[in-house]
Amino acid sequence: MVEETKSYRCRCIVKGSGSGEALVSREPMCFYLCDPLTGTVIEKNHPLQGRSLAGKVLVLQSGKGSSVVQVDGFYQLWVKGNLPAAIIVAEAEPVLVSSAVVVDAVMVDRLEVNPFEAIEDGDWVEVDSTEEIVKVTKRRPEPGMRVRP
Amino acid sequence: MFLSDEEKRMLDGEMGQGVRKAMELLVALGKTFDAERLIPITRAHVALSGQEGDTYWCGLLADGGARCKVPPTTNPAWDVTNLSKRFEVTDSELDLALRTIEVYRKIGAQLTFCCTPGLSTNVPAFGEHVAFSESSATPYVNAVLGARSNRESSVSALAAAVVGKTPLYGLHLDENRRGQFLVEVEATLEEPYDWGLLGWLVGRFSGRRVPVFNFRTLARRPSPEALLYLGAELNTSGAVPMYHIAGLTPEAPTLQAAFGSSPPEAELVVTEEDLRNQEEAISEQGGPINLVMLGCPHYSYGQIREIERLMEGRRVREGVAFWVLTSFEALELAMRSGEKERLAALGVDLVADTCIDEPCWKSFEGGLGVTDSPKCAYYRERRGQPFVIRSLEKCIEAAILGEVR
Repeated sequence: MVEETKSYRCRCIVKGSGSGEALVSREPMCFYLCDPLTGTVIEKNHPLQGRSLAGKVLVLQSGKGSSVVQVDGFYQLWVKGNLPAAIIVAEAEPVLVSSAVVVDAVMVDRLEVNPFEAIEDGDWVEVDSTEEIVKVTKRRPEPGMRVRP
Repeated sequence: MFLSDEEKRMLDGEMGQGVRKAMELLVALGKTFDAERLIPITRAHVALSGQEGDTYWCGLLADGGARCKVPPTTNPAWDVTNLSKRFEVTDSELDLALRTIEVYRKIGAQLTFCCTPGLSTNVPAFGEHVAFSESSATPYVNAVLGARSNRESSVSALAAAVVGKTPLYGLHLDENRRGQFLVEVEATLEEPYDWGLLGWLVGRFSGRRVPVFNFRTLARRPSPEALLYLGAELNTSGAVPMYHIAGLTPEAPTLQAAFGSSPPEAELVVTEEDLRNQEEAISEQGGPINLVMLGCPHYSYGQIREIERLMEGRRVREGVAFWVLTSFEALELAMRSGEKERLAALGVDLVADTCIDEPCWKSFEGGLGVTDSPKCAYYRERRGQPFVIRSLEKCIEAAILGEVR
């Protein structure tokens, strides 16, 4: 395997830094519909249903759902230590931003490239919100190596 | 973002740590959305929830010395006095509810405990700049009343109430209030339930854009409750704090006015069949039920009367609880006018100050419920109570039969 790292500019919404494996959701998300004890998405028919956000760098389209519950969703994940390590949001919206500020969840937006093209599930992503830098490391097979079917 | 000297002092903590935290949040929001400055608000509504996250934030501000400059109305948690006698709750659940009331009283809120402020307790006029959280209330004050609020969270609305200001961005500005896509509605909508289904369907499609509804035929003018349902569901399945209905809502006298230019091609056409398919997609199948839950958002007094009419004096089946969540004002009126007592005799309970998503309802979990609110079903799913979603009339038939057929 070879590794390839690229750096992108972004904008700070909530200061701090965090790294982890990328988890990509092209759909908006309601954090209340996660199990706080594991960070697992439990929303029916959500593309991430059954997968855990805990410790991941979440690449997220946007927020959705009632204003009441988004805040509590973040809070419960925070209390149990199961928030994502950082969130890269494509389309920030007020409820999502407020929820992140309350529990100091690291959040950036305005990545200089389309985050859904630059980042895929399993990439290693380092977010430094304070410095407004996102580093993405892709793992790919070495040239000439056969990929198992 | 420009901050006045006074605002800078608030941010520096000169007016206490509570005010500083509130300002930090407003400034983060303002920066995120490129607001040029803060503007005064005249009203606020805080979606108090009786959930830890929200109570934590209010406590953080109140204990830091903050008091509301603009006293906000508040959402419900649950009626501690009456429901703790009817249902088992743990000491920690009761303690959280009592702490919630205490911190909101301390910060200087109006303890209305009602999620439909735009219908009665906190009604802005056209053009007022306000900070309204609660997913059903925000679209109502924007679209139906023509006031101006962003899609606030409980925490940002409380911060705005403390500071008396909100960042100038989003729906406070003319250009962001215009329609962004056209929905042609061919379906005939009769009752609030149908408007709710339409909202759910279009919310899924909207993302964060402002939809403009154009009705082929509008059988009758929708009631305020119907418009409330439309917004509640639009803003639950999507993030839609603003919409227009051509020829009906105040900022859309015509289709052209709604868009601020010539209307685009319809992106979505909604038929009767689409609404029935939507119902089927989000509802559980039928079967025996243990609970009928109405009032998400809170039922109005008029809707309580409608329940009594549809009951036709019949009793709710044994083993089925029938709860209607309503505002303190509607409850008071139903007590004076006799509906509360008459409905209680049929097995229908009215309760104020209470939300569907509270620990007092947990004894019903594991069973099947029926509701007329997709939003109710969506949030109760997490608590382990699936719901069949049906019109009010069918909910009442189910209550009498003890099952949804």
